[in-house]
Amino acid sequence: MAKKKLKEHRINRDWCKGCGICVKFCPGKVLELDAMEKVVAVRPKDCICCKLCELRCPDLAIEIVEDEGDE
Amino acid sequence: MAIKDYLRERFFPHMWCPGCGHGTVLNTLLRAVEDLGLNKNDIVMTSGIGCSARISGYVDFHSLHTIHGRALAFATGVKLSRPELTLLVPMGDGDALAIGGNHFIHAARRNIDITAIVMNNRIYGMTGGQYSPLSGPGKKATTAPYKTIDNQFDVVELSKAAGASFVARTTTYHVQEAIEIFKKAITHKGFSVVEILTQCPTHYGRKNKEGDAVNMLEIYRDTTAKVGSKALTENPALLGRGIFVDKDTPEYCEEYEKIIQLAMREVA
Repeated sequence: MAKKKLKEHRINRDWCKGCGICVKFCPGKVLELDAMEKVVAVRPKDCICCKLCELRCPDLAIEIVEDEGDE
Repeated sequence: MAIKDYLRERFFPHMWCPGCGHGTVLNTLLRAVEDLGLNKNDIVMTSGIGCSARISGYVDFHSLHTIHGRALAFATGVKLSRPELTLLVPMGDGDALAIGGNHFIHAARRNIDITAIVMNNRIYGMTGGQYSPLSGPGKKATTAPYKTIDNQFDVVELSKAAGASFVARTTTYHVQEAIEIFKKAITHKGFSVVEILTQCPTHYGRKNKEGDAVNMLEIYRDTTAKVGSKALTENPALLGRGIFVDKDTPEYCEEYEKIIQLAMREVA
């Protein structure tokens, strides 16, 4: 099975309420809250595209966009 | 995001508090609908009153935001007149089992093809944190400053006894499990009950010192176990998650259709 590759974290800052659920349960510790208490992907290289943040987000504010690329 | 096709984006960001589990219920439910490839024009969502009931305003299905506790009664009417539609009925714990307790058990008894989702946050959130029939004894609420003494309903046992043909329980921590359970509940022919534990950090969590949304999700992770798992047999104090009932029993609309055919023959 081809390893999933991240293209980007698409974060809707207007919808994010900064609850921190995605930050806490991210297995790669990719996400953090910024000074505005909105989520940002600070270590996107560590993302394994498990999409748990996307599925757990109560505000539907995160989307993991995968790189469909050449594989 | 394809699930955005099922949303009324003009109402976002939604009115639920930061960290409220109801948003996760919406999220997982829409993913189940998306995975099943259902046409949004074939889905009807009815809801009652409460934080949970606001969910019907955010989905781009046919939606009825009805009166407190009566979402299942409205859904029964819709289903009987248009049996080809898929009925989703999300309710809060108080909406489903206090105000709408009778509608709940009778819809289960009839085994009408409706998916009832009990969004159990163990409190009345919208009205300010009063205790509900699912709070359980020893909990604090605005109406129980010295702790509650009422026992709670067990949604799974109640639904089983009332005759529901599909009964499951999950939580907002176990999102992948929740999506699979919603998919099975929606495709099941008959009355399906899904109890989903959903955190209310604003009222229940704060009054019962369970911390913020993250802490409450950790509690769901640590105090539940899958039915049939070793962890659950070894520690009966854990709460079981998973599918408890999945059986084929005569469905109400199909039985009603037979009566219509019978009556038509008599007349002819």
